[in-house]
Amino acid sequence: MHQCIYPIMTYFRGVWCIMEKLVPAKDRLLKSNKNWLDGELRGKILVILCAVIMISATISITIFLGTKGLQSFIKNGVSLIEFITSTQWNPTNQAKPEYGALPFIFGSFAVTFLAAIVAAPLGIGGAIFMTEIAPSWGKKILQPVIELLVGIPSVVYGFIGLTVLVPFIREQVGGLGFSLLSGTIVLSIMILPTVTTIATDAMSSLSKNLREGSYALGATRWQTIRKVLIPAALPTLLTAIVLGMARAFGEALAVQMVIGNVRDIPTSILDASATLTTIITLNMGHTTYGSVENNTLWSMGLILLIMSFAFILLIRYLSSRRKM
Amino acid sequence: MVTAFMEKTTENQAVQSSSQSHKESILKVNNLEIFYGEKRAVNGISMDIEKKSITALIGPSGCGKSTFLRSINRMNDLIPGARAEGEIIYEDLNILSEQINVVALRKEIGMVFQKPNPFPKSIYENITHALKFAGIKKKSKLDEIVEESLKKAALWEEVKDRLHKSALSLSGGQQQRLCIARTIAMKPTVMLLDEPSSALDPISNAKVEDLIVDLKQEYSIIIVTHNMQQASRISDKTAFFLSGDIIEYDYTEKIFTNPAVKKTEEYISGRFG
Repeated sequence: MHQCIYPIMTYFRGVWCIMEKLVPAKDRLLKSNKNWLDGELRGKILVILCAVIMISATISITIFLGTKGLQSFIKNGVSLIEFITSTQWNPTNQAKPEYGALPFIFGSFAVTFLAAIVAAPLGIGGAIFMTEIAPSWGKKILQPVIELLVGIPSVVYGFIGLTVLVPFIREQVGGLGFSLLSGTIVLSIMILPTVTTIATDAMSSLSKNLREGSYALGATRWQTIRKVLIPAALPTLLTAIVLGMARAFGEALAVQMVIGNVRDIPTSILDASATLTTIITLNMGHTTYGSVENNTLWSMGLILLIMSFAFILLIRYLSSRRKM
Repeated sequence: MVTAFMEKTTENQAVQSSSQSHKESILKVNNLEIFYGEKRAVNGISMDIEKKSITALIGPSGCGKSTFLRSINRMNDLIPGARAEGEIIYEDLNILSEQINVVALRKEIGMVFQKPNPFPKSIYENITHALKFAGIKKKSKLDEIVEESLKKAALWEEVKDRLHKSALSLSGGQQQRLCIARTIAMKPTVMLLDEPSSALDPISNAKVEDLIVDLKQEYSIIIVTHNMQQASRISDKTAFFLSGDIIEYDYTEKIFTNPAVKKTEEYISGRFG
């Protein structure tokens, strides 16, 4: 009992002595080696550990994906040029296997850009509505709606797309229904919350002075939004779009359920298509680990990773221009 | 008792007689009340503002002077729950009326804010911004107005070689003069200045003050200030606000040398506020 209480007593009396300036200045003010006592060092080690785990996870995934992704080119002798330029994808052809991933690369980009074209105006429009037009009730309705959209799992988006959207497009617009268009619509709804949330932050972080300055010069609300607020928020608005695109580029499940997964480059938005992610998810189950086909799937994964780095670099560049 | 009453009457007479302006008035405020939701910020004030002179509004924070200023070009419309009752008569129109086109009104009654708020665009574009909205599109006309208003704002010499540089590269004082220049460019009749130099260093402050005095030749100026020296230096008339009322409104010289109300004297001599 005593052994337990005594050090605590001295510790607190020590604090008291310091507070009352009863100990000499060198004991009060010089750095001591008893950092363990106040938990300073423990706290430091704890957070450093968290950071190290996160960094090493990212680095090891990158290294792993890099080595696996390059194996098809180095070990299996698949031509890189063929991989990214050929449209023929026949990895199972015994006599003459072909590994042209261009249709999937094209599909990924097409569906991403189309989704961004749909989601950007909707998201930015919604953000302007929430911040400028109806800040009180608009935000009350739109904010929970957006949060709900985030919470819906991607398989549910895909399922709704499959049961509602695909038959609808087949009957009303034409084609198979499984198409680039279906993929675009599903993806644009999925990235809408990302775009809207960041765009809303961008608009509402603009200084009140900017608005007042414009109104005080006799500008109308629309003139103020179009000529003052949107230009001032532009770098962040672009970041919002790019982040949405990064999400669209990586989405697999929902897209796979509605896009049709064919090996050809689509010629219209009503044609079925495939993306890098959908091909990986479709084929990773039935290919043997270490086979050429399996390795080419890793190469597609590597392309996805490189693209996500590219998106991050783009976002960083845009953010650095946000100084004004 | 009787003497006290007598004193009060003479006091009122004094206020009335001296506030009868020699100049024509540009704005007549009648029984103006301003509310934020349930809270009343301005309690039925009345005053005449003289044309082509500087009227200073002084008083402690929260006394309603800025609220009053912002009601003159209807900037309070932007604040949810704010409403005004009573009248502000400008050229025989009540500018508080529902029928007023506030966009057109703000072109005639311009405003400069406490914190310089140039748009994140070039110096040139800051001035042409609102002109383009007003429908002026011709390049030569725009150039002319930019030069003219920058000259009036005593900024032309400093910025003429870098008109297309970002306005944010200017110093605080220059930014504030740019904000005044872009207000001048709209050719307003009245300019409302809400503590225009309180965020500036003394040298920039002096420049802005000189500018305001020059502007009096053409514009009717109403300025809110916390700086007593500034009010006494530049204004022609001063209104002392306290808790939403005008305690005293008179010629600046009289307010600062021989105020009629004790509260005024206490405030300007720094005994409260």
